[in-house]
Amino acid sequence: MVATAEANVRQAGAQIDIHGVSHWFDVPAGPLQVLDDIDLTVKPGEFVALLGPSGCGKSTLLRLVAGLEPATAGRITQDGAPITRPDPSRIVVFQDPTLYPWRSVWDNVALGLQARGVLKAQRGRVDEALKLVGLTDFAKAFPHQLSGGMAQRVALARALVNDPQLLVLDEPLGKLDSLTRIAMQSELVNLWQRAGFSALLVTHDVEEALFLANRVIVLSDRPARIAAELVVDLPYPRHRGHARLAELRHEALRHLGLDATW
Amino acid sequence: MSAVIDRVLEAPQAPGHWRRPGIEKAAPAAVFARPAEGFWRTGALASAGWIALGLLTVYWPNKAVGFSDWAYTDEFGIAAIAIGALLLLVALLGTRAGRVARTLRPAGPWLVALPVLFAIWEIATAKLALLPTPFFAPPQSLIETYIDDWRRLGESLAHSARLLAHGFVLGALAGFLTGVTIGWSRIAGYWVHPVLRFVGPVPASALLPLAFFFFPSSYAAAVFLIALATGFPVAVLTWSGVAGVNRNYYDVARTMGASERFLVLRVAIPAALPQVFVGLFMGLGAAFSVLVTAEMMGVKAGLGFYLSWAQGWASYSNMYAALIVMALLCSGLITLLFKVRDRVLSWQKGTVKW
Repeated sequence: MVATAEANVRQAGAQIDIHGVSHWFDVPAGPLQVLDDIDLTVKPGEFVALLGPSGCGKSTLLRLVAGLEPATAGRITQDGAPITRPDPSRIVVFQDPTLYPWRSVWDNVALGLQARGVLKAQRGRVDEALKLVGLTDFAKAFPHQLSGGMAQRVALARALVNDPQLLVLDEPLGKLDSLTRIAMQSELVNLWQRAGFSALLVTHDVEEALFLANRVIVLSDRPARIAAELVVDLPYPRHRGHARLAELRHEALRHLGLDATW
Repeated sequence: MSAVIDRVLEAPQAPGHWRRPGIEKAAPAAVFARPAEGFWRTGALASAGWIALGLLTVYWPNKAVGFSDWAYTDEFGIAAIAIGALLLLVALLGTRAGRVARTLRPAGPWLVALPVLFAIWEIATAKLALLPTPFFAPPQSLIETYIDDWRRLGESLAHSARLLAHGFVLGALAGFLTGVTIGWSRIAGYWVHPVLRFVGPVPASALLPLAFFFFPSSYAAAVFLIALATGFPVAVLTWSGVAGVNRNYYDVARTMGASERFLVLRVAIPAALPQVFVGLFMGLGAAFSVLVTAEMMGVKAGLGFYLSWAQGWASYSNMYAALIVMALLCSGLITLLFKVRDRVLSWQKGTVKW
């Protein structure tokens, strides 16, 4: 029974295949390589975290997966079809909530539906999404009246209202204070388990990656290549003090060259 | 879970607080208005001031300066006494005067200062003739002008307003469209931007002779120049507004399936609006200047024309009267612009007050 329910939910997630992707930036000093031959598969409904030092190119990989930029070399596909441009089935949540300050919370969440011209028929989904992140009472507020955590929850609602098959999370909790962050991590797990989308998270927070993801991909310094892959074989909801997490954390830090700090 | 988060996050503000942010006007004068008290002391003081001004005007004879006496001296005095009487009534009624009291109270100190200033003006001109007469007219001569010449002044005002409206609206539209286009399209930017940089900074008034020569009528020439003066700041600021839009705003909309049209209309333009209003404000100021210059130099109607005409006849009180009308027009239009902005940008906080 549980298994079938899970199987049903899992179908909502996309499969992402990244084959031999390398990427260069054009900078005044010449081409700068940021990604080096990345091979990665996100299975439908899987939560994968990319962990790496800051500036290593992990956010670039997300932009490529989202279709915001084409990869210099290699191939990225979603359920077998190449990704060439942005698509509402893959929604990005950025480090900054990037809410539109001139729109109320409700109108911000409605953005995707409005952009595709389906808002009139699906207004109820905006209310649902707001309810999902617990901000129904703030529907009429403007972004400057929200705290950082609330703003990021609005950004999540704005993403979820589109029923994404892949949620691309670019350090979405990076700028929150540590208490809000802990609460939001649990909330994110809840949302992911309920909606069943695949998730690709970029973070430089080892605990966060291990707490949230099924698999943690450790990236090297720039140009980023895959240094290690850690499977977090723990059921959800997880507990931060679990001994296995501490073990994995040690391993992750070792791959990041931070063994001495252990 | 969200209960936990709500506790962690700052407590939500009272609903009333976030209804219309940014438009509550900070009223420094409110410092002077004491809350709910029966008798309004500042009002009584102001009343005394106005009555004193009135008595002074009526009972102190005007100094004769070689021509017939100033007309409307008594009327001016009686009007001042009437204002004083009304203020006294409001002061005595105190809070029972309701809305009138609430509106007047913040202006209390000004209502005291005004009769003092009027008295100084009145004494220096009509009573002692300290200031040379044709050039400095007493307050009552303005009344004379408004009563005797209101028709011509009104026509001038209407003409100026019409010319300004034509020029400003055209210029604002053209400037806005230009700004959005060069902010959005690289090719348009390549061709239009240098022209804008070269022609824009030239004071529009400098093109007056040329415009009068090229255009079929002086009116059309003035419309063009006002539009030019308005359009330049609007275009530059709209452009910088559009160009300065956070790149992530576009990325967010693009990943959600937004079309190019949506990006321009729903992302770029709203994000640029605060800048656009700064441009409109600057453009309006420039438009006033060109309007008056054009009316003084070639357009045979309007407040600017009235000014130079009055000066030609050495009727300086007409000039002062026209200047006051002009000040009211300009100030009123800027106030209107800011009201519109406050409405449109009510989502903003901490905007410039007018």
